[in-house]
Amino acid sequence: MKNKISRNIYFIPYILWIALFVIAPILLILYYSFFDIEGNLSLINYQKFFTPVYLKMTLSSFWYAFLITGISLLVAYPTAYLLTKTKHKQLWLLLIIVPSWINLLLKAYAFIGIFGTYGVANGFLEAVGIGKQQILFTDFSFIFVSVYIFIPFMILPIFNALDKMNPTLVDAANDLGASRWMTFRRVIFPLTLDGVKTGCQVVFIPALSLFMLTRLIAGNRVITLGTAIEQHFLVTQDWGMGSTIAVFLIIIMFLIMFVTGNRKQGV
Amino acid sequence: MGNKLSPISKAFLVLIFLILYAPIFFLVFYSFNSGGTMYDFKGFTMEWYKELFQDTRLLIIVLNTLVIALLSALISTIIGVMGAIGIRSFTSSKSKNTVLSLNNVLIVSPDVIIGASFLILFTMAGIKLGFYSVLLSHIAFSIPIVVLLVLPKLQEMSPTLIDAARDLGASRWDVLTKVILPYILPGIFAGFFMALTYSLDDFAVTFFVTGNGFSTLSVEIYSLARRGISLNINALSTLLFVVTLLLVVVYYFITQRVRQTGMGGKR
Repeated sequence: MKNKISRNIYFIPYILWIALFVIAPILLILYYSFFDIEGNLSLINYQKFFTPVYLKMTLSSFWYAFLITGISLLVAYPTAYLLTKTKHKQLWLLLIIVPSWINLLLKAYAFIGIFGTYGVANGFLEAVGIGKQQILFTDFSFIFVSVYIFIPFMILPIFNALDKMNPTLVDAANDLGASRWMTFRRVIFPLTLDGVKTGCQVVFIPALSLFMLTRLIAGNRVITLGTAIEQHFLVTQDWGMGSTIAVFLIIIMFLIMFVTGNRKQGV
Repeated sequence: MGNKLSPISKAFLVLIFLILYAPIFFLVFYSFNSGGTMYDFKGFTMEWYKELFQDTRLLIIVLNTLVIALLSALISTIIGVMGAIGIRSFTSSKSKNTVLSLNNVLIVSPDVIIGASFLILFTMAGIKLGFYSVLLSHIAFSIPIVVLLVLPKLQEMSPTLIDAARDLGASRWDVLTKVILPYILPGIFAGFFMALTYSLDDFAVTFFVTGNGFSTLSVEIYSLARRGISLNINALSTLLFVVTLLLVVVYYFITQRVRQTGMGGKR
């Protein structure tokens, strides 16, 4: 009995935190989604969400997130794989992680300089003979910078999965006459699938909700769900509609976690 | 296993590292440009650094950012450690998993949703947007990370250690301060450090919950970057890069002792 009471005393601030900052915010978002811009209780926001404007936005947001995740995976997998083969691999991994600790806004700001009209990228294009291009404020720059920012978060889980893998399995596959591609497809990739799933999860969900990059790099030409939420909350002050979009983003988030989740070992 | 990397693989890795670090060195390089732009290097100057140190407004913002980071890391570490100890003492794995899932909600949620929902929460609770709203939200999103970094350490600790201390006549308080806390200290440090970097790095959540009079570095950089390029930001980012590197070195030594419990996915 005494045990129970003292445990509860430890636990009170933490439980309070869960109630106030985990459960309450989700309920509040749900609550607000039922109010229109004048503050009347209605389902208008949900009706609005199913109009072509919002559905198209959701779809394009998905498409961008999908592209960003796919390209990140294509770059990150070989990088992680090669990293596990290096000497001092933990150190190299750390060096991959360091840029992710530089403030996100600063990296975005750097790309404004690099991709700008007179920037390095255009200087290069001119030197090669292609000539100046509009790079900043295009889909390309948005996807490039997003991939740049997410790559470390994709590499990390894949690296961990590869690192945990028993190397004798690869030897066994070789001994049994599997080609390198076959070994990769039938042995290495399936064994690192959990890492890939985690990586996709930690890239896809934030990619749906990027809003500062759409402003700084894509020049408002790309609208993601995140941009829309920010717009509704901070610009048009239509909290109801913003909450409704947030509700859908939360639902999508749970679906993605469900699909990419089910890691056998548990948390 | 030690097959050497082929030249192509090496070139690939080098390319990845170049791309990852190029924007950062780009910023550093142009912070010394007397030309005042991020193209056309005219000559070496320390002018931007001088300007930076004379900008009292910006210095106050840096101070705010540091105060918020240190305070929120400290408080979230305390609450997180208490939470982790509480979670460990659960006997049923079902309630343990429920609490852990709730714990992870804020880690996987997109920043935009955290920001928007906290904005609603603070407005409803009548908390004025500014220092306290930012501090509270930083504490809120740091707690789950601390818990995740401390919990493995606690679980690794043998329960017989506590029984032994009890048998030897230690009070509950003694057990906590002389047995449990020293044992999990590396986890606590890692948690504190992670909370610190999360707080320093956060933009999206802070952006939602800052009022007019209060700003942190990320938010300030965002508004500066939207106005265009000014080399103060470059000078600032150079300093931040140096600080980050120092922190990384510290963190590296800590994790060497903690022995890799995963660096946690970052947004």
